[in-house]
Amino acid sequence: MNAVIRRRHFSNAFARVLIIAATILVVAMLIWICSVLIYEGFSAFKPTLFTEMTPPPGESGGLANAIVGSFLLVGVAMLFATPVGILAGTYLNEYGKGTWLASTIRFVNDVLLAKPSILAGLFIYEIIVAPMGSFSGWAGSAALAVIAIPVVVRTTEDMLNLVPNSMREAAYALGASRSKVILSVSYRAARVGMTTGILLSVARIAGETAPLLFTALNNQFWSTDMTSSIANLPVMIFQYAMNPYPDWQALAWAGALLITLTILALSIISRVVLRSANEQH
Amino acid sequence: MTLVENSNTKAHEEAAGSFQRSPRFMNGEAFNSTFKWLSIGSALFILVILGGFFVSLTVGAWPALSKFGLSFIWTSTWNPVTEQFGALPAIAGTLITSGIAIIIAVPLAFAIAIYITQLAPRWLRHPLGIAIELLAAIPSIIYGMWGLFFFAPIFAEFIQAPVIDAFENVPFLSTIFAGPAIGIGMATAGIVLAIMILPFIASVMRDVIDTVPKRLKESGYAIGATDWEVTRAIIIPHCKTAMTGAIFLGLGRALGETMAVTFIIGNANRITAAIFAPGNTIASTIANEFQEAYSSIHSSSLIALGLLLFIITFIVLAVARMMLNRISS
Repeated sequence: MNAVIRRRHFSNAFARVLIIAATILVVAMLIWICSVLIYEGFSAFKPTLFTEMTPPPGESGGLANAIVGSFLLVGVAMLFATPVGILAGTYLNEYGKGTWLASTIRFVNDVLLAKPSILAGLFIYEIIVAPMGSFSGWAGSAALAVIAIPVVVRTTEDMLNLVPNSMREAAYALGASRSKVILSVSYRAARVGMTTGILLSVARIAGETAPLLFTALNNQFWSTDMTSSIANLPVMIFQYAMNPYPDWQALAWAGALLITLTILALSIISRVVLRSANEQH
Repeated sequence: MTLVENSNTKAHEEAAGSFQRSPRFMNGEAFNSTFKWLSIGSALFILVILGGFFVSLTVGAWPALSKFGLSFIWTSTWNPVTEQFGALPAIAGTLITSGIAIIIAVPLAFAIAIYITQLAPRWLRHPLGIAIELLAAIPSIIYGMWGLFFFAPIFAEFIQAPVIDAFENVPFLSTIFAGPAIGIGMATAGIVLAIMILPFIASVMRDVIDTVPKRLKESGYAIGATDWEVTRAIIIPHCKTAMTGAIFLGLGRALGETMAVTFIIGNANRITAAIFAPGNTIASTIANEFQEAYSSIHSSSLIALGLLLFIITFIVLAVARMMLNRISS
């Protein structure tokens, strides 16, 4: 009997040690990656990053055109993805709940959520870049929008699902029409969560590189022309990191830090906003 | 607020009809149905995106598929110069790297999920959850740079070289653990992939473990079971299907991960059992060659690779979803 108990306690302790060791290993990896990023990124950080253009080989410069290009691409993508995603999420929770069509769309949306992002690049290449005959900012934004839409749909639906039905019923009882109930009751109650979803989808597409490789491509010069190839941080980082020039590699690290800090800021803001909204209730 | 204002105006007179009037550019009825149809249209757009993926990739892949036929899938030559294209090297590389990633990531993710939900002191649970989320939020390209410049050299010196030496005279294993000890290659890609997909698997597993009813666990503890026995005999059986779903979700990510792999896999279009050797995955081949594909058959073959990746990941992710949906319903 004693031997059995001892064996059971031993295997329990053994499993515990393994589980804690695994957790420590993963946290150590995270710390390693973050400290590399912070060290390399800050060593290359300088104010001229925001004022100078990306340099030709062997010269120093900044990231101004890539930063502006990235803002433009992500902004246009969200301009399209936000209404489409919110309306689709509205259908799933407000109109189609429980129907066969809604569950199919939800299923497809969940699959799209995890689809390899490079496929979005190929898809947009086929339908926009190839027919128009040139890489363009529009194509880059379209590829990013394809990735952002499922994120917005998902969070919108989840957040609308949290709105208690009694609130909708109260509005219906006053004679409000369906669209009125959705706009003035459901959206109002869920707006903080929905905003969070939009911020998170921006965070999701801000660092995407693969879908931009064959759509927006890159551009060494200042350009805000969406009809031709446009500079952007992710592709710039990819090209500069793969090159042997130390100046270029330093710029790539600075860009990488910039993107990660942006993503981090977005997730912190959405977290804080969501928490303060929860405390109000 | 708005509701109250509205109902104050003429609600009584129009009790039977619609009093909707705030969007002045349209009457209430028209706005109501426009809004509904806009919602339905946006929702259908999701299906259009999926259909668009499939149709556009099939159209783009058609020249290659009609030239090489189905044998495209099991042909092992990929040679842009002679314009001979077969997908087997890329498929093999994708399966090997994803396999390595899953083998490493699943136990680690499971351990973290168990630690956060069962073992960790309460104050540590939240920060650990954030750490895992942070790991998921780092862009793929940064994993690539870290993998190439920092992980690969250390991996070559402290893992690859000793492992190759250790298995040198062991039959079978000497062909698996072989290749140049230069840090980059399929094993490196698999390990970095493991770190990247781990947070996704871990966070789904954590949610799944949270669905285990408390009384099941408590009845285990009540009869004197240890933590590990509760995990093994109650949590795992209860969550088996959904946990498999979580693993498939991670697999779906690993199969199509592009930038990190492109940095560290070494880009060689050949098939080998040696995991330290350079290779290529479907995604890394596309990322590397698409812009430089000058012949139309070359770019069409790359799109055919994309179509294959689309079909494989669709199946894997659909299976994952079905397994995960079973627990929520």
